[in-house]
Amino acid sequence: MTKSGFVERNIRILFPLPAVIFILVMMLFPVLYTLFLSFTNWNLTSGVPLRFVGLKSYIRVLSEPRFLQALGRTFSFTALSVSVETVLGLALALLLNREFKGKGLVKLFLLLPLVATPVAIGIVWNLFFDPTIGLANWVLTTFGLPKSAWVASPNTVIQSLALVDIWQWTPMITLIVLAGLAGLSPEPYESARVDGANAFQIFSRITMPMIMPTLLTGMILRTIDALKTYDIIFAMTGGGPGYASETLNVMAFKYSFEYFRMGQSSVILVFLFLVVLAFSLLIMKARKRFEL
Amino acid sequence: MRKNPVRRVLFFFLLLCIVVPVLFPFVWMLASSFKTQVDIVAWPPRLIFTPVARNYLKVFTEQNFLKYFINSTIVGVTAVGFSLLLGLPAAYSIARFGQKKLSVLILVARLMPGISFLMPWYIIFSRLGLMDSYVALILSHMLIALPIVVWIMSSYFETIPLEIEESAMVDGATRQRAFMSVILPVSGPGIVTSMTLSFIFSWNNFMFAQVLSMERTKTLPIAVYNFVSYAEVDWGAVMAAAVAIMAPALLLTMIFQKYVVKGLTMGAVKG
Repeated sequence: MTKSGFVERNIRILFPLPAVIFILVMMLFPVLYTLFLSFTNWNLTSGVPLRFVGLKSYIRVLSEPRFLQALGRTFSFTALSVSVETVLGLALALLLNREFKGKGLVKLFLLLPLVATPVAIGIVWNLFFDPTIGLANWVLTTFGLPKSAWVASPNTVIQSLALVDIWQWTPMITLIVLAGLAGLSPEPYESARVDGANAFQIFSRITMPMIMPTLLTGMILRTIDALKTYDIIFAMTGGGPGYASETLNVMAFKYSFEYFRMGQSSVILVFLFLVVLAFSLLIMKARKRFEL
Repeated sequence: MRKNPVRRVLFFFLLLCIVVPVLFPFVWMLASSFKTQVDIVAWPPRLIFTPVARNYLKVFTEQNFLKYFINSTIVGVTAVGFSLLLGLPAAYSIARFGQKKLSVLILVARLMPGISFLMPWYIIFSRLGLMDSYVALILSHMLIALPIVVWIMSSYFETIPLEIEESAMVDGATRQRAFMSVILPVSGPGIVTSMTLSFIFSWNNFMFAQVLSMERTKTLPIAVYNFVSYAEVDWGAVMAAAVAIMAPALLLTMIFQKYVVKGLTMGAVKG
């Protein structure tokens, strides 16, 4: 112990160092580079040399209706998906939070959408949504409802994509809440039962307040991931029809890798970055507040 | 509840209402992958049909899916391996020395949108001549795997009592020796969790390879996506491709169910 070597003395620096260097090189440097590019007019295909243009790219992008629509769409897609997932996920968790035969199997089933490849999921749902041969319209007509165009119409595309997101990610909320419920102490329940509280009172006065921090953290995590949704949107619609399902992520991808307008795409990325950063700060605040 | 048959039936019915919608897309995908084109485009949709293997044959012989399968495996396994190499010591350090700032850095890496790195990577990797190389793909997928490894392992190491390495150190082992020969051998479940999850997320990743890989290093999600745009109408083959890409992740999940649940939910639940 007395003659500790170089490695042991500096272990708290040396152990994390490779990982930190990797993350700084692969993450921080690109983010700073993007920030730098957002103040330029760089276009990879035009051959015009890179030039500083100040806030010109920002003004260009911000005055573009396509950008503002994508921004709004990103938020409405996220709000729609996450709100349904939260309510439905909580309800499922409360239903499943008891002992019954086959509980393990049900939990396994709930896991499958979470680990399924999103691109393939999108393709399978495209088969469902197909206007002529798809099951979705067959279900509608069976119930005597008019057929829908689903992802083929600008009016329904966002709701249809949200439906896929809800299918895939509601189990996430359910599993998080179930794990939270399993960790609750039984004492408040016992005393409530002694005091003759009914099921609704127990739910609203005991379960909800105790599960709230877990639910909230799950919601924020889901929100951040929903804001970044890319795979299913790109695989199912490519942002179409027209631009009707183009979110910030998809738009930034097209600006970067289809139009090669690197300056303007950097501006979109900076905005996406700020939105996600704001929600990330929120999650850190929540973790501190609730000591998670 | 057990005493009341009406409530039991109701509960069973509600369970069905959950399980059927969750499983249905998988079942339909599997069924369609064995259908002929005639059966797929039939209206109303056909539940009973004669299964054929043609779609799988087509996907694996004509479309060279085996190659993309191998590419995805190479990228996933290597990225996870290097992430463990970098991530395990970092996670240990975060757990034992309470390095809060480091854990925030890891969380940020987990939350940031991948596309905000992808555009600069594209420029840098093209300059370095690393486009369509395994190196570029593996490095990018490490940014998926590493945060998962560190995140899961730092909480796991916290559950290991300090006495374990202290007693080894009293016996004269250095701290890094104790980490290697005492801590890691008892960390099996944590390592399995982080390996499984980070491999699945690397396997499923679409965006990075979409830009960084071309024909040589193309991974499965890109192959499946391209296949749809080329063969829009051949739904049977497309569904067979979808089954082939999902099978490994679903199988891993079935084998390591407990670990996967833990790994996915631990971010939001205390302890």
